[in-house]
Amino acid sequence: MTEPVAPATTAASPRSTTATAPAPVPRTAAAGLSTGAPDPSQLPVVFEVRDLSVYYGSFRAVRDVDLDVRQHEITAFIGPSGCGKTTMLRCFNRMNDLIPGAHPEGTLNYHGVALYGPKVDPVEVRRRIGMVFQKPNPFPKSIYDNVAYGPRLLGTKKRADVDAVIEESLTKAALWDEVKDRLKESAMGLSGGQQQRLCIARAVATKPEVLLMDEPCSALDPIATARIEDLMQEIKTEFTIVIVTHNMQQAARVSDATAFYSTDVNPESDRRTGVLVEFDRTETIFSNPSDERTENYITGRFG
Amino acid sequence: MALTTIGSSSDTAIQGRVAEALEGDTDVKGRLFEAALIACLLVSLAVLALLVGKVLGDGLPVFADRGADFLDGSLSSQPDRAGISQAIIGSFWIATSVVVIALPLGVGAAIYLEEYAPRNRLTAFIEINTRNLAGVPSIVYGLLGLAIFVEYFDGFSGNQGVNRRTLAAAGLTLAALVLPVIIITTQEAIRAVPQALREGAYGVGATRWEVIRSQVLPYAAPGILTGALLSIARAVGEAAPLIVLGAVTGLLGGGTGLSASSLLDPSSLTERFTALPITVATWAKRPEQEFNVDDAAAAIVAMLVFVLLVNSIAIVLRNRFERKRSA
Amino acid sequence: MATTLTPFSPSDLTGDPRRQRRERAMGVVFFLAASMSVLVSALILVSLFSNGWDFISQVEWSRVVGVNSWNPRQNTYGITTILAGSLIVTGVAMVVAVPLGLGGAVYLSEYAPPRARSLLKPILEVLAGVPSVVLGFFALQWIAPNIVGTLFGDDKGNSGSMLAAGIGVGILSIPLVASVSEDAMRAVPDALRQASAGMGARKLTTTTRVVLPAAVSGLVAAFILAVSRAIGETMVVFIAAGAVSTATFTTNPLDSGLTMTAAMASLASGTDQVRGASLAFPSLYFVGIALFFFTLVLNIIGNAFVRRVRQAY
Repeated sequence: MTEPVAPATTAASPRSTTATAPAPVPRTAAAGLSTGAPDPSQLPVVFEVRDLSVYYGSFRAVRDVDLDVRQHEITAFIGPSGCGKTTMLRCFNRMNDLIPGAHPEGTLNYHGVALYGPKVDPVEVRRRIGMVFQKPNPFPKSIYDNVAYGPRLLGTKKRADVDAVIEESLTKAALWDEVKDRLKESAMGLSGGQQQRLCIARAVATKPEVLLMDEPCSALDPIATARIEDLMQEIKTEFTIVIVTHNMQQAARVSDATAFYSTDVNPESDRRTGVLVEFDRTETIFSNPSDERTENYITGRFG
Repeated sequence: MALTTIGSSSDTAIQGRVAEALEGDTDVKGRLFEAALIACLLVSLAVLALLVGKVLGDGLPVFADRGADFLDGSLSSQPDRAGISQAIIGSFWIATSVVVIALPLGVGAAIYLEEYAPRNRLTAFIEINTRNLAGVPSIVYGLLGLAIFVEYFDGFSGNQGVNRRTLAAAGLTLAALVLPVIIITTQEAIRAVPQALREGAYGVGATRWEVIRSQVLPYAAPGILTGALLSIARAVGEAAPLIVLGAVTGLLGGGTGLSASSLLDPSSLTERFTALPITVATWAKRPEQEFNVDDAAAAIVAMLVFVLLVNSIAIVLRNRFERKRSA
Repeated sequence: MATTLTPFSPSDLTGDPRRQRRERAMGVVFFLAASMSVLVSALILVSLFSNGWDFISQVEWSRVVGVNSWNPRQNTYGITTILAGSLIVTGVAMVVAVPLGLGGAVYLSEYAPPRARSLLKPILEVLAGVPSVVLGFFALQWIAPNIVGTLFGDDKGNSGSMLAAGIGVGILSIPLVASVSEDAMRAVPDALRQASAGMGARKLTTTTRVVLPAAVSGLVAAFILAVSRAIGETMVVFIAAGAVSTATFTTNPLDSGLTMTAAMASLASGTDQVRGASLAFPSLYFVGIALFFFTLVLNIIGNAFVRRVRQAY
């Protein structure tokens, strides 16, 4: 399914530049930066994960996760299938609550507050931490109603207010110009790439701080994928993004920090447990990884 | 048919032999078998046609003779004056009870079982219990209605003795009868809702009830409606519980004909009642042919028009939405 | 949008109490709805036993067991008579319903092209919607004279008989047998049919030697559920089986008879339907208890077979 050609009026970053830092990034993260690029260690930490394991009942699906997600950065989770990337991602917005028996153990803080604390309302969490899924899942309603869904739940009722949120969200998702004349049409009539951008618009309509993206481009063709990658770079200034991707090159292109997961086979039960192998700045992971397993994965020796 | 030596004199001869070999023998047994199977279905079709034909043949003349009087008339000991107005009123309120009582309870129970209930023993128990209830013979529900709604609750009227055998008790009994069916069909409709739809809604920060209200129920609505329509038709056709509940078979006083006001008058609920299937059964057992053939058939026609119409709408609805969803 | 300039505290994540209250309330509402079905079961058991107990505790059991007739007015409650009636009517019904229902199901599942299927399947669905009183009328007015009468003589055809009623119940049961059987056969994976066809077997062979044996759990389920439904059927027998409120023990389907259900119906509609010294009223509940447990056991077994079909594939 090919994407319609983007009209010249949409702002699309040129594909060739790396849109993250304006200056070349030094090889080691710890070294001081030579230009005015933001020092990552100064960016506030949005999610602080220490020694985290995620269980489904008594089965441990992921273990030993230690990482920081920093504000206004794109953090990528990469690794082969079945190593717990999506499980970990879904902890950040408490979507795992939907699976009976799923629970994390360890430290998972959002701005210093325990995300799984006793008084925390998952509904409130999901307002602030939005999610885009692997296969685009627009509601079988109009484009307008899709984006308006979240704000309406939060109490936005007046027509003018809702209209404003719709336009703002669809613009951020780089979809406004394509659909502004057919907002009342069914969302199911859009192409795959458009549907996914609609889902992004829907997610940002509640003005979240964080956007979680679970392999958002895996069901899309390369052109649609490129548009969404551009989009991520644009909206990074406003949101914090965590993306799970199977596509190493995508992670290298797009992200600032990367976490590499792999699996460990439990010799007794012969079941696989995911484990965080290495977490570092993207440049480091891809050019100078510390762990041999990371090196094997990114050079294609396995995965 | 075996191929003989390849060195035959002409190509067409070889082709002919190959063609013969591939054709095989005529599958007499197979054809007969298939014919027998189709015959099974055709017998069902024939029975249905015969049944409808007999009912129409015996019943339509009554409508031709005194159509409006038949619909307007009351129960009578004389076959040429007997009418089904009171039966229609009774069946109307029974159908209404299903819609007002069984449908909300059934849908609510199904929502609980599919969206809220944890996978534990209590939930399994409720589900098994519902499945078993669906198989309980309808006359046993009549026993329930008699003991509880009529005797214990006095038929929800202030009456004594047999005057406690009210339409309200009948309505509640039949609502209880179809409740398990509504629960099961609604559960199936809810299960067909794709999980991706729920996740999209949860992901934007909706509560469980908000997800159900705005995504699950609209998506499942056609399936739920189909189950509801089938249950209404079933409730209107059931006679056995009504016999136990004391539906009137002889004469029912106070018949004022069939009109909007008599139909919708809620005071019928606290009075004794009759209904279409009971009237059919009673007349079918009377010795007079005008009762057991003509009037019974006419009452059947009136009942079947409603039942078959509702069933057909439900089936068409289900087929249309099944095709739409899988497209 | 939450920024990190202002300190972030746990209360920022506690959410909207109004929405939470509504959410909790709805959860309670739905739970109560679900508990209604448990309530119905409880009420059935309570009503059966609180009324049936009078019979169980007071009846002279010699008037119940043994080959007595069923004559409540004369204090005779031969349960074997009405049980025999139920079994005979059900037996006749199965002789009608199983071949016709199974044959139809085999055709729809294995042979019918899609267009034929969409034309023929509705026949069964319409038949399933016909109320049982209509079949009762049809059994008495058409089946009895034209089938029973033709086969066995006019005197048998001019009144109700268990045979006529049985045929009527059988017709009612065809759709149930057909739909459960068809589900069972469609659950058999195509791979099996293809394997058989690949070996050169004809359709008849594939169907009878591969598909039907593979579907046997479902076919057994269909049979058991149909038996249970037939035993619980009241109106066809009430109208067309010939007996009014009493019956003598017989095993001849050509005789008139009473099933358990029809006995209950006639007890309930009898004019002496006032609670009194007679045990007629409690006997209604006694038979109800018997009927309830009979069909419950059959349904549990039948559903167990249905689950086996679902699990096997």
